Amino acid sequence: MIAALIAWHALVALAAPVLFRRLGCRVFLWCALAPAAVLGWLVVAGPAILAGDALDHAFAWVPALDLEVTFRVDGFSVVMLAVVAGIGLAVFLYAPSYFAGHAGPKLGALAGHLTGFAGSMVGLVTADNVYALFLFWELTAVFSFLLIGYDDTKGSARGAAREALIVTSLGGLALLAGLVLLAQAAGTASLAGILERAPRGGPVTAALVLVVVGAATKSAQAPFHFWLPAAMEAPTPVSAYLHSATMVKAGVYLVARFAPAFAAVGVWRPLVIGTGLATMVVGGYRALRQHDLKLLLAFGTVSQLGFLFVCFGAGTPLAAKAGTAVLVAHALFKAALFLVVGVVDHQAHTRDVRRLDGLGRRLPVLAAAGTAAAASMAGLPLLFGFVAKELAFETWVEGPFPAAGDAAVLAVLVAASMLTVAYSARFVWGAFLGKEGEAVTPVAGAEVGVPAPTFVAPAVALAAAGLVLGVAPGLAGSFVVDAARALQPGLGAGTLVLWHGLTPALGLSLVVFAGGAVLVAQRRRLERWQAATASPVGAALGYQRSLEGLNRLADRVTGLLQNGSLPTYVAVVVGTLLLVPGAALLGTLRRPDDLVVADHPLQVVAVALIAVAAVTVTRIRRRFAAVLLVGLIGYLVAGLFVIQGGADLALTQLLIETLGVVIFVLVLRHLPERFRAPVGRRVVAVRALLALGTGAFVTAFLLTAGAARTTVPVGEGLAERALPVGGGRNVVNVILTDFRALDTLGEIAVLGVATLGIASLVGARRRARITAPGDGWGVEPTGAEGPVPARPAGEGRP
Amino acid sequence: MNGPRTEPGDGPVDGSREVRDHDRWARRSPILDVGVGAVFHTVLVVSLFLLVSGHNAPGGGFVAGLVAGAAFVLHDVAADFEPRLRRFRVPPEVLLGAGLLVAVGTGLSSLAAGRTFLESDLASLHLPWFGTVKVTSALAFDLGVFLLVLGMILGIVDRLGEEPE
Repeated sequence: MIAALIAWHALVALAAPVLFRRLGCRVFLWCALAPAAVLGWLVVAGPAILAGDALDHAFAWVPALDLEVTFRVDGFSVVMLAVVAGIGLAVFLYAPSYFAGHAGPKLGALAGHLTGFAGSMVGLVTADNVYALFLFWELTAVFSFLLIGYDDTKGSARGAAREALIVTSLGGLALLAGLVLLAQAAGTASLAGILERAPRGGPVTAALVLVVVGAATKSAQAPFHFWLPAAMEAPTPVSAYLHSATMVKAGVYLVARFAPAFAAVGVWRPLVIGTGLATMVVGGYRALRQHDLKLLLAFGTVSQLGFLFVCFGAGTPLAAKAGTAVLVAHALFKAALFLVVGVVDHQAHTRDVRRLDGLGRRLPVLAAAGTAAAASMAGLPLLFGFVAKELAFETWVEGPFPAAGDAAVLAVLVAASMLTVAYSARFVWGAFLGKEGEAVTPVAGAEVGVPAPTFVAPAVALAAAGLVLGVAPGLAGSFVVDAARALQPGLGAGTLVLWHGLTPALGLSLVVFAGGAVLVAQRRRLERWQAATASPVGAALGYQRSLEGLNRLADRVTGLLQNGSLPTYVAVVVGTLLLVPGAALLGTLRRPDDLVVADHPLQVVAVALIAVAAVTVTRIRRRFAAVLLVGLIGYLVAGLFVIQGGADLALTQLLIETLGVVIFVLVLRHLPERFRAPVGRRVVAVRALLALGTGAFVTAFLLTAGAARTTVPVGEGLAERALPVGGGRNVVNVILTDFRALDTLGEIAVLGVATLGIASLVGARRRARITAPGDGWGVEPTGAEGPVPARPAGEGRP
Repeated sequence: MNGPRTEPGDGPVDGSREVRDHDRWARRSPILDVGVGAVFHTVLVVSLFLLVSGHNAPGGGFVAGLVAGAAFVLHDVAADFEPRLRRFRVPPEVLLGAGLLVAVGTGLSSLAAGRTFLESDLASLHLPWFGTVKVTSALAFDLGVFLLVLGMILGIVDRLGEEPE
């Protein structure tokens, strides 16, 4: 069923650009059918899965390699699917209004990419085979790249897209390495199998570090967080969907899956929780400094993703519950906030807090939705964010560390949560409140048009969901708890409640509110202090520097190795041959026992002639004569083949040699008649040494290889089977077209590519010399005088 | 090819198309022209023979492609690479693509027939006059090789053969 849902996403995605021509912006409503199908399926099949009946589905992928694609939908997958499809539906319903009036020609592609991304996420959160998981993981990165770079006329958008792709795909490589190590250690490529067996050992520890690195890049953890704020170049529906609610949760998803099985491994908790705490503080602190509402939310997302790492990373049963609750809460409020910013941006044409003034009075419904979502983000009571945050505090009140460790984690959590309260307040103030007495140059509130109800509705719905679940968390109780139990079977049945009693967690919440209030009250002083201490060193700068360094290094290496001198290239290749395989050969030299010098007197004659010709070539100054002599050597080699009875080989050699001489001659027309004046004696000596060395190496290699045979040559079996199996008496041809046809296919593909390369290289030289454009090759002359005039009739035909 | 060449600067220098055509015309050898005309079609037939008989006798798609390529190259040399006198006007890249397409298509058709990729199949055809002819699907694959090799030769030689500026 999952495969069918993914296929449905692919179909919807592929149809989107075509339908866009008809539907315009309403194409997103078509795309909404994809997440709607997932939601419909969840309504039908979800309850049974949540009750504990995980759904397994497998089908063969590459049977020969024992690879199969397996999907496994358990309770946690259901929650992830609900988030992916639910937020997806909201975003798709919202997008037509957002893009109304700004529909560029590439909007159809954007709709397709967005749907394709949704399908990849469905695969990612349900794949059981770790390689299939990795495939979907990378697919989301590719779609993210395409979506961030939507406005490809903007350099900043292209840069941001590239940045996100480089960072997340480097992490993806680490993840792949980690998954391979884990699959090897566990003896299975099934995610459920790996988690069940939970192997231990040095390679597993290394693998876990690699997986966490992969997860950290995807989920924008410090020090890889910088790509996420940059990704805000994307249109707001994309930011709401990929870069707050779903894709960036992929890393969190992995941590959530791995933590129960591997949290006990020594390196896990310090790494994951340390990363998460650092990310929380960095994100929260930076969010407070932003003037762009979208950037504020982006840094808030960074902070919240760190929070999720801290929640899930603990690996305790309660942690799974808290993490799932925070994950759902965050998806609801953060997507709502992004959608709100999109509306503000669309209506007021700015999202700079220094230009928005008193929008709340003009757009009360939007302001209410935005405020409710921001309050949920701050963790205020009667909102779902509060319930989730209480659970997180509870997790760490009885955390997995020794008491002092837990207390330290809690202290940082509380401090970071104060920042969250502060930037949530900053969001509401910045977007909606009046700014009397502030240094603002506002857009007049009256100029801001009232948005259509359909534009505001998705944000209102998401914010309202946070409010309803906040007042009556029991509604999501079984949903969250059952999902968490899929991660932690040890977790008892239960539900979510608003009022836990007078617990330490409640006390911590009160401390957070108090601290947050102080930060809000002191915000001017804080702003000045932040401006004064702004650090010039940042992760984004480090990324820039390392890219520049890489380019410089590549430049130098290329300059060193590709200096344009053909003799140097040949010398490097031949020298490497002599040094590496040559040195290895020296230790294993062997001489065949049954060495026959010659079968036939003509062979001696041919070899002697070849030797004479070869020595003569080196003494010749005229290029043309040298080419002819090299051709002669080729013909003599063909003669050797004939004597040995290799008719096919000889025929091929003759033809290649003939055509080779023709091609040489054509090239010679562009070259001086003679070789350059003789080079110095030292150079000649080095060249002679290399040439003789290569000859000696090849001879020794062939003798040794011939003597080293331990099994029956494969050729004998092929010769016997040629007629009965291949239906041909020419063994060579049967091998080429049947037994080894795949090799032949690869080789002719290489020939084709090489031909294109040669043709375009020759063409490039030509184009560089003459300005007339030469389109197509080999058919039209590229004359310097432009179009060829028609030739007078009766002239020029033989 | 290695006869005295007209360098730019020798002879008339007004550079007009007609004058250059005239130079080219003068440079061509009538003996080569007639000779090529006599053997050209024969060589092509030989190449087809090599292609078809290759499964049982020396030959095959690669060699046949080289022979056919040599025929066209011979013609082009005789015509001094004058594009308008070219016998074969299918662009080389089309040949390359067609060759790959035929080769891959053969492989896919054997997949479709329930065999493994590129596994060949035998069939006997009863033709009037010829009698029974054994045909293998490997011949189709070889045809792809033939087309691609021909495209390669024409692509490289034609490109290099264009008048040096």
